[in-house]
Amino acid sequence: MATDITARIIKQEQVGLGQYRMNLYAPEIASRAVPGQFVYIRCSSSLDPLLRRPLSIHGVNRERGELLLLYQVIGRGTSLLAAKRQGDQLPVMGPLGRGFTLPEPERRVILVGGGIGVAPLVFLGNELVRRKNPVLMLVGARSIHHLPLGREGGNNVPFNVTVATDDGTCGYHGPVTDLLERALAGREVDMVYACGPGGMLRQTAMLLARYGLPGEFSLEERMGCGVGACLSCVCKTTGEGERPFRYRRVCVEGPVFRADQLVWDQEECING
Amino acid sequence: MAKPSLAVDVAGIRMKNPVTTASGTFGFGSEYAPFVDLNRLGAIVVKGTTLNPRPGNPPPRIVETPAGILNSIGLQNPGVEHFIEAALPYLRQFDLPVIVNIAGDTVEEYAALAARLNGVPGVAALEVNISCPNVKKGGLAFGADPGSAAAVVQEVKSATRLPVVVKLSPNVTSIVQVAEAVVKAGADALSMINTLLGMVIDIRRRRPVLANVMGGLSGPAIRPVAVRAVWQVYRALKVPIVGMGGIVTAGDALEFIMAGATAVAVGTANFINPRATLDIIEGIERFLEEEGIKDIRELIGAAHR
Repeated sequence: MATDITARIIKQEQVGLGQYRMNLYAPEIASRAVPGQFVYIRCSSSLDPLLRRPLSIHGVNRERGELLLLYQVIGRGTSLLAAKRQGDQLPVMGPLGRGFTLPEPERRVILVGGGIGVAPLVFLGNELVRRKNPVLMLVGARSIHHLPLGREGGNNVPFNVTVATDDGTCGYHGPVTDLLERALAGREVDMVYACGPGGMLRQTAMLLARYGLPGEFSLEERMGCGVGACLSCVCKTTGEGERPFRYRRVCVEGPVFRADQLVWDQEECING
Repeated sequence: MAKPSLAVDVAGIRMKNPVTTASGTFGFGSEYAPFVDLNRLGAIVVKGTTLNPRPGNPPPRIVETPAGILNSIGLQNPGVEHFIEAALPYLRQFDLPVIVNIAGDTVEEYAALAARLNGVPGVAALEVNISCPNVKKGGLAFGADPGSAAAVVQEVKSATRLPVVVKLSPNVTSIVQVAEAVVKAGADALSMINTLLGMVIDIRRRRPVLANVMGGLSGPAIRPVAVRAVWQVYRALKVPIVGMGGIVTAGDALEFIMAGATAVAVGTANFINPRATLDIIEGIERFLEEEGIKDIRELIGAAHR
């Protein structure tokens, strides 16, 4: 069950262009969180900006009661968050949402992260490695300066990381989905998890359908309450019976959805 | 000194304190149960319910504005039968008056909903939503015109024995005129205000942010508008008012009560503080103690005297 607590910042550091990593002391949340879940953070005690910001959980250290977050500054809320210092306190709700479904042991997994979308996938990858699943992470970013796990990427995680950049300044020159397609064509994988911009997810869903592989995506959408009450953060999903589609709430029915559940006929569905 | 009395009665809805929830911001209650003991609320107003399930509007449905939010949900809900079968049994376990917000495309739909909910155990009252700015038919189309607002209320009244609260829109020339018309048609109480129609443009995309273009503005930004509306209607009419619009603190709630509201509803504030309702109830009690007031009812309309 989710709680709403006041959490103290243990550490905050910049890791890339506008990208920050934050350790929070939040034992009530860290002890219960599973990969794919998120927290809902109030970035300011003022009423402007008004809403909390949803941030996916990047990792936990249960012994120390710490919650690890990795986020990108995209607006006023996250700017205020980036200005916070060690010792500052923040209202934090969590853990919220439904996490990833974990595959059978031995199943080979590929994690596809676009930009800051790697945040929840690292938490998942660590868990999968512990469960003896072979894991490869593919990271796509605009440039070498936008790699949230750093230039070396894989040095801090217990699985292999391959990088693609849009401008070719690091790793493969092109979209990260090119790397995924090669892996799928080589039948090197049983299950794919992805998080990132809408275009990347859409392309990933297409590839999974073509190769007949299961996948799960973690989505982002503008959010109101974070607990399923306000119906603001919906995405379009497949319907049943007479209903051609159904809007599902990202905050409680997601943020993780099966790839084949998502309907991609409109750009508004996922804003990355 | 004895604890001050917080109990109020809104047209036969007996509330242990004057604080309820604004429709659409508190779901069907269970969503907030991890954070709020629902027994402590004065009442709950549940998500707007229609005769048949509604898919709602495409996303994005929400955007933040200065000290507020703009939403266009479009009345997504599972329909009244699902509400009665799945949501209401959960709420019956609490000592909590349940006020069901109803909306329709036509007068007949409002009447059918009122008839369906009449006599259903666990329903304390109806809130007639003639002020939703986010649907093509119904909603504001009824609430913006005194004549059609009255027609809806008359049909609803004749279809139910439950107390009927009518939710008014601020998007009108004279809220007092609409209030007078619906009270004449039989409204037992009024709730005000629904959201203010607004819009936000994404200048990089050169497009409205909301998929539905326009949405309803709520949050602290609209509070002075709402307090004014309550003040005007209280002055003109003798009818219980449930005041709402940007209430975040107990002080905000007391402004509405002093303007003439018998009860208040907390909406957007639930999103930033899931315990907002309870904090406000505790704050009101503290205020009464500090001011040496024995009964909250002494403060209803106090600013007029």
